[in-house]
Amino acid sequence: MGFNKVVNNAHEACAGIQDGMTLMVGGFGLCGIPENSISELVKMGVKNLTCISNNAGVDDFGLGLLLQGKQVKKMISSYVGENAEFERQMLSGELDVELVPQGTLATRCMAAGYGMPVIYTPAGVGTEVAIGKETRVFNGKTYLMEYAFDADFAIVKAWKGDTMGNLIFRSTARNFNPMMAMAGKITIAEVEELVPAGELDPDHIHTPGIYVHRIFQGVGYEKRIEQRTTQKRA
Amino acid sequence: MLDKNGIAKRIAKEVKDGMYVNLGIGIPTLVANYVPEHIEVVLQSENGLLGTGPFPFEGEEDADLINAGKQTVTTLPGSSIFDSAMSFGMIRAQKVDLTILGAMEVSENGDIANWKVPGKMVKGMGGAMDLVASAKKIIVAMQHCDKAGNSKLLPHCTLPLTGVHCIQKVVTDLGVFDIHDGAFILLERAADVSIEEIKAKTAGKLIIPNHVGIVE
Repeated sequence: MGFNKVVNNAHEACAGIQDGMTLMVGGFGLCGIPENSISELVKMGVKNLTCISNNAGVDDFGLGLLLQGKQVKKMISSYVGENAEFERQMLSGELDVELVPQGTLATRCMAAGYGMPVIYTPAGVGTEVAIGKETRVFNGKTYLMEYAFDADFAIVKAWKGDTMGNLIFRSTARNFNPMMAMAGKITIAEVEELVPAGELDPDHIHTPGIYVHRIFQGVGYEKRIEQRTTQKRA
Repeated sequence: MLDKNGIAKRIAKEVKDGMYVNLGIGIPTLVANYVPEHIEVVLQSENGLLGTGPFPFEGEEDADLINAGKQTVTTLPGSSIFDSAMSFGMIRAQKVDLTILGAMEVSENGDIANWKVPGKMVKGMGGAMDLVASAKKIIVAMQHCDKAGNSKLLPHCTLPLTGVHCIQKVVTDLGVFDIHDGAFILLERAADVSIEEIKAKTAGKLIIPNHVGIVE
């Protein structure tokens, strides 16, 4: 009641996601992705989704799981190189792909969360990204006008969250999650640790709960590493 | 001719004390190995990390801590972590002093193509378009010619562009070039490479100054 945003699980959190909707999905590569919610979307079998996400997962993990089930109609991403099924669907025309410079992607999410209809960025000026887009010159430099994203749902993963939906991210698993959390008409947050309101220091909150509509404690995080690079001890 | 490490070693000389630097994937990543110890630099990973540290020791990998190449890394004393919008905010606002990245083609007016080959699988531009559009100083590290022997230093790029009028310096296996006023200016050549060879392998406008140094 009141400001309690807690739902029991991914199934309850994803209620209302329907065929044809636009979803933002947090994460960079496989780092900081909402694993529980992605599994739930696979179970639900929703189709014709437009997914805004920096990457498209790998064949058998992350958003790759949605691609396997041919649930995605369109991907809006900056880099999609790690996924053979993605490549197959893209080349066969089953999957529509819009490639967006990474900073533009992040800032279009941010703009949505800040209530700004457009941003101006120099990224892509003079390239095919600029085709058909309005440009303006400020202080002698040309900028592209890019629109804020409009997403039905944003699905993010945080480290800790409280019952009022306040979120704290951990390390570089933060990436796109905070600005996507701000940008959904409905924002779902899954967290590794859900605590009662009051336990998190207000000074440490990355995403204020006002942006979060549903929160649940995730289970069984795999946190798969894409490129395991190490050094030997001397 | 310089090998990959030779190119990286030469570029490392352009890295100055106190710089914030973004290194791309490939040869640029090797540059970090050649920055002398007395020079302090902070490496930015555009997924949201300043102060990117070395790879972790075996068994200490943290799935939540990666660089822009999705490799497991570590933090260093003084590191900071932030979201993707701020990461590209600091790039756009030119807080990052130096960007080093690879390329498939560079033109004599400083255009760069490094993200897409028509007919081949397109993986995406990632952060490259943002970086080249905004960086204060950009150095390209690449082979002088492609595998078929065609020059990659061109009058105009033939591949889809990543950015226009943005590259100031190119270091290849043959030498070091500034790009200025619509031409490549040969600053240094590799010790075993003649100026004639560089002329023959540079399709774009090439200026040979009176003094051409040797890459050390």
